[in-house]
Amino acid sequence: MVHGEAWTLKEFFTYPNEYIYWTIQIVMYPFMTGLVAGAFVLSSLYHVFGVKELKGIARFSLVFSFALLPVAMLPLMLHLQQPQRGIEVMMTPHFTSAIAAFGIVFSTYAMIVASELWFVYRKHFVESALALRSIPQRSLGQNLGHLLFSALTLGAMDISEHAIEADERAVKKLAGAGIPVACFLHGYAGFIFGSVKANALWMTPLMPVIFICSAVVSGIALCILVYTVTMEIRKFLAARKKANYPELPSPEELKSAEVHVVTMTAKYLLMFMVAAITLELLDLIFRGYTAVKSWDILRAVIYERDFVNIFVVQYGLGNLLPFIMFLIPGVTIRRAVVGSCLVLMGVFMMRWNVVIGGQAFSSSLAGFMHYKMPIIPDSVETFKEGLFGALTVAVVPFCIFYVLNKVMPVFKETH
Amino acid sequence: MKSHVWRPLYIVLLVIAGVLVVRKIIVPADFGIGARGYMYGWHRPSNEQDWKMVKVKYKTREYCKECHQDKYDEIRQSPHANINCENCHGPALGHPDDPKTLTIDRNRELCARCHFRLEYPTSGRGKIRGIDPKTHNPQLECVTCHWPHDPRKEGHSK
Amino acid sequence: MISRRSFCKKSLLIAGGLAVPLAALELFDPKRLLAEKEDGNKVRWVFLVDTHKCVGCGFCVKGCKTENEVPYDANVTRTWVERYAVTKDGKTHIDSPKGARDGFETTKFDIGEGKFEDVKNEDIDKAFFVPKLCNQCDNPPCVQVCPVGATYQTADGVVLVDRTWCIGCGYCIMGCPYGVRFFHPVYHVAEKCNFCYHRISKGMKTECVDACAFGARRIGNIKDPNDPVTKIIMTERVNVLKEEYGTKPQVFYLGLTKEVR
Repeated sequence: MVHGEAWTLKEFFTYPNEYIYWTIQIVMYPFMTGLVAGAFVLSSLYHVFGVKELKGIARFSLVFSFALLPVAMLPLMLHLQQPQRGIEVMMTPHFTSAIAAFGIVFSTYAMIVASELWFVYRKHFVESALALRSIPQRSLGQNLGHLLFSALTLGAMDISEHAIEADERAVKKLAGAGIPVACFLHGYAGFIFGSVKANALWMTPLMPVIFICSAVVSGIALCILVYTVTMEIRKFLAARKKANYPELPSPEELKSAEVHVVTMTAKYLLMFMVAAITLELLDLIFRGYTAVKSWDILRAVIYERDFVNIFVVQYGLGNLLPFIMFLIPGVTIRRAVVGSCLVLMGVFMMRWNVVIGGQAFSSSLAGFMHYKMPIIPDSVETFKEGLFGALTVAVVPFCIFYVLNKVMPVFKETH
Repeated sequence: MKSHVWRPLYIVLLVIAGVLVVRKIIVPADFGIGARGYMYGWHRPSNEQDWKMVKVKYKTREYCKECHQDKYDEIRQSPHANINCENCHGPALGHPDDPKTLTIDRNRELCARCHFRLEYPTSGRGKIRGIDPKTHNPQLECVTCHWPHDPRKEGHSK
Repeated sequence: MISRRSFCKKSLLIAGGLAVPLAALELFDPKRLLAEKEDGNKVRWVFLVDTHKCVGCGFCVKGCKTENEVPYDANVTRTWVERYAVTKDGKTHIDSPKGARDGFETTKFDIGEGKFEDVKNEDIDKAFFVPKLCNQCDNPPCVQVCPVGATYQTADGVVLVDRTWCIGCGYCIMGCPYGVRFFHPVYHVAEKCNFCYHRISKGMKTECVDACAFGARRIGNIKDPNDPVTKIIMTERVNVLKEEYGTKPQVFYLGLTKEVR
């Protein structure tokens, strides 16, 4: 079986070699990179621009951005026909290709986030290492923990006020450097599509900007979502532990803090959402108005075949509805959670409609292709490029976040 | 540079050094920029040789002629003059050392590739004499009545 | 207040500092400069297709699959033939079942998803066949987008794929406006027509040219003014496919019409 044949339905005239070669994993890829970039931008709003209201969510979104980072690469690896050769992108990069920069931009970005995290958590690492060191008879687990935290300090044990100040300055600089890199990381994911001149739907210079805006939107939405969920868990735990540890914050205190953070974050979400939708609609209007050769088939795809996906699910449920929900004064936690879920779905559908929609028509402009997503996998290929492959990609960041949270507790006050 | 602030940078430099070492090991020595510059010629030149080494399967009528001069002469002066032997007889490949590699195709579909009647006025196809295989002696092989090496002659009964 | 001396010193320093990374780019690519200065090659392979002559027998497709080891029953092919029929109602019908590997032995047009549409001979205003293959573009977009240098153009203009280096990202497949590329079902790397590089480099013709009994396909060297193909391209009205993409395709067509995709 030819790659792509299992999930492609062809209608009217398509070239014999045309299949849907870029599937759900390539939808996941910009979605995940978008979340990484968005989460980072959110945390930088606090670190660089000193938006104090976002303090509560800044550290959280930074760690979450780091947890998402390896996962941005996962869908690409799952999609490659020769994943073991993926490293070649770093070995013999061909910079005339939009993909070639990936290795370098991605690693630069990873290093910036990792360094920033190190500065944020260095005090915690040192304290943990010292605390473990002071235990005279360490168990195996404590020994391992001691080793880990000692290694994580990189030998910098100085936690004097002066040293911590230096850390904070470094965080600010790194966060500042990180914003353009994060935007570049994601903008270039848009460039990968926008520069394909063979594809009438993809080719637009607006693509990178559209991708960045929707990336920030999705990143913020995910942070709101995960933040509220973890806060709920903390409230639950706090209520249980309150009896034993009176010094812990009460559920009421947590709740008021939570509402405040969510309201503030939602404002930024709306701002970026307006930018994203404006650009997307501009692109659509412009295509319709100029109506070049490919418009006939694009119109058939946009207004007929993918109408529900684009106008009902993406714009209606994914943009308009949450927009109204956030705009109505007095945002409650529940409404914010529902709104964030809808926004995430909307951004996912935007990626879907770009990636799959861009392959929904033949480059002969005389036929259509339909992606039938494999649900029950019957081979490695249909697993990777089907529902379960996508779910794997979606679940992994939460697992990583869980582990990271053990080493770098998101909610512990360090500074 | 004494400050602990630079420590992550050392790690970064270590990583870069690691990548450079791996690069030295993995990348073929001849990898480089070819005749068409970096944009169109960034490649491993020895690969061009790899492609030139691909085995030739169809050896053309001139190869067949070396032994089958009579057949060659016959078809070359017939209306089928331009049809290559290997179109129907299969690629010469291991022939004559391994006679089994020749796969002669006597299917009606083979002849119908040209002789299925399609009256396409603006194409060479419309000028070829054709039949509808469904109604034209459906059970028989074409070669029963038509001699493919020279369609003007009668076929052979084999 | 900045003194003139220090101003000059600093601006020189900055200009020099900026020039260092730029110079690195230049060093990166000396051969390219040479190549741009003069193209000393004696060979540039081009292809000529005469759509008037093609009868849609599909022997070229059959031969190509065997010659180039593309699994015979896989629904991908390096070259294919399209059938066009423009009917009296102004509609254009196009198909290429299995890339025309088995020719066209029906008046029905394949419209996908297992459905067929009968186009009666008497309704047809014009009908013809168009063979397709890699255009070996002068500006190959597929090569431009390869992230690792696994596909490239040789000095004689043929675009090849390095099967040991391709990572299988599919970007080149997306980048080709002609739909020429696909994943090889056995090697799982990008695959494409390469003008039978193993044959043309031995002085033979491509398999599709040899298999064509009607002279609809011809290969030639555009750098050789005495080459019959070159003469036709130079003296007759030839056209290329999808010129608007700026790819500078090097497969020339006689008798191309606006319906051809």
